Amino acid sequence: MTLATSGIETGAERQAPLAGGGHAVAARGLIREFGGRRAVDELSLAVSEGEIYGFLGPNGAGKTTTVRLLTTLLRPTGGRAQVAGVDVVDDPAGVRLRIGVALQEASLDLIQTGRELLSLQARMFRLPAAAARSRIGELIELVDLGQAIDRRVATYSGGMRRRLDLALALVHQPQVLFLDEPTTGLDPVSRRQVWEEVRRLNREEGLTVFLTTQYLEEADELAERIGIIVDGRLAAEGAPAELKRRIGRDVIVIRFDGEPGAAASTVADLDPVEHVEAADHELRLMVSDGPASIPIIAARLAQSDRLTVREMTLRRPSLDDVFLEVTGRRLAADGDQGDE
Amino acid sequence: MDSVLPVGRPRVVEPASLRIIGFVGDLLTVARRSLRGALREPAAVIPALIIPVFFFAVNVGSLGNVANAVAGFDYTAFQLPVAVIFAVTGVSRANALVTDISSGYFERLLLTPVSRLALLLGLMAADVALVVALCLPVLAMGAVAGVSFVTGPLGMIAFVVVAAAWGLAFTGFPYAIALRTGSPAAVGASFILFFPFAFLTTAYVPADALSGWLATVAAVNPVTYVLDGLRSLVVAGWEPSRLAGALIATGAVAALSLTLSLAALRRRVRMGAS
Repeated sequence: MTLATSGIETGAERQAPLAGGGHAVAARGLIREFGGRRAVDELSLAVSEGEIYGFLGPNGAGKTTTVRLLTTLLRPTGGRAQVAGVDVVDDPAGVRLRIGVALQEASLDLIQTGRELLSLQARMFRLPAAAARSRIGELIELVDLGQAIDRRVATYSGGMRRRLDLALALVHQPQVLFLDEPTTGLDPVSRRQVWEEVRRLNREEGLTVFLTTQYLEEADELAERIGIIVDGRLAAEGAPAELKRRIGRDVIVIRFDGEPGAAASTVADLDPVEHVEAADHELRLMVSDGPASIPIIAARLAQSDRLTVREMTLRRPSLDDVFLEVTGRRLAADGDQGDE
Repeated sequence: MDSVLPVGRPRVVEPASLRIIGFVGDLLTVARRSLRGALREPAAVIPALIIPVFFFAVNVGSLGNVANAVAGFDYTAFQLPVAVIFAVTGVSRANALVTDISSGYFERLLLTPVSRLALLLGLMAADVALVVALCLPVLAMGAVAGVSFVTGPLGMIAFVVVAAAWGLAFTGFPYAIALRTGSPAAVGASFILFFPFAFLTTAYVPADALSGWLATVAAVNPVTYVLDGLRSLVVAGWEPSRLAGALIATGAVAALSLTLSLAALRRRVRMGAS
């Protein structure tokens, strides 16, 4: 194992906080290579204590690898990271005591009951028996599993498994909670339940939450700050509202009947139009000043006999637009979530 | 830097005695979960109950009269150790381990301070309990078939101990495969290992009746020596040299299989930072 880029550091330097005090998660120049390819490429980020941080990125951008580095499941090739003030390489066991982790796809043992898994978890964290019992009681209530807790996990619905997974991550009262795509594959009702849970844990227990998600709506709803990772690097970071403002442009959505290519070329050369995206029966135009652009665009569309406009709306940029701006592609491709 | 197996405790210095108690606690926790799983998936254990009964009945039924007449010895007693070897060889919870690896539950365990070594040895401890439990019906079957131990009850206990030690030594192979590959198919295929060990030996006739290549293979097959030790307890009495042969053969296999499985464990948890 080499820490190629971390250079020579004294013990005292390694103990020092990476990004000033009060950070629940801090990474500096974090690198992870797989066979020469950098999945995480000199990533630096800082998450404050008590914050909900949303970590976004296209598939393969390095989201999950970053989480695995921060949770001690993977060793960095270079750079450094501290979680709850503890270095992930120097003292992984110390990190594990302070973090709760719910990885993608609830990882559970289906032939045991929920209660058995909770008490197994408590024993592995060496909770004294009495403390374990009362903590498990609290958690059963918290994640609302009721009678089901004594049934085998195989009988649980997807939402129940996620909630049990969350409870398992919380048995030892961690300071930082890592959630890797906590609601992927859940129905909207279960998804809202998980969101409620995360908010409550953050509010009432002061838990810092590091959340990766592929749902922009989720990040928008939950996260106080968002980081967007592209090709292993942090491409943008900030509060959702701030990121949207930073785009500095408005979006005009036009629904129409006609051929998309022809429709796009009709308006593409107009002065205020900075970017055109054409889909089936829909154009999205990025414009510098929405209200001032609408008449110009409407006039051009009215002259054209190549398309019939059905609807024209002006809106502020969404997180999806931020994502497009930063990554060059849309995240919300599968249509099962709306960010508008 | 890469100290993988030491107990994964926080850096707070603990006295060695506390660490050992912690390790034993981890081991029992892992073993208990494994046994509970085994009881809930009896399908995984039932073949280990049926196979020895089947072969015992077939072997004694088809060859017993011939062997008794020709060789002039008690073929039923000769076959009982074979039945116990069939019962204990390859019984492991490696399938459950692979399930944990592919479901991600194994990683959840790695995210706790649990001793990495206990994650493997705890499963093996559970296997020993299973294997001992599997010896009992075989012994009962022997008693029904009229086999009596010349070494008495103490000999029966020694019989179970030797069989269980062999069973434990063998489990290292499926665990090594489980940890190395993480593949259920590969672990399933590890059952093939059972055949050369269990059949290219003195399973049917005594060593001096074997000839040609089979005699050569049987002479280097550790099961030959384990069977010889077990048989000595049933029909011959306390013969230290034959028992020692069984234990040395078992020890050699255990050394190999444990080395392989510990290396595979080390490799699997090395991806992690501890």
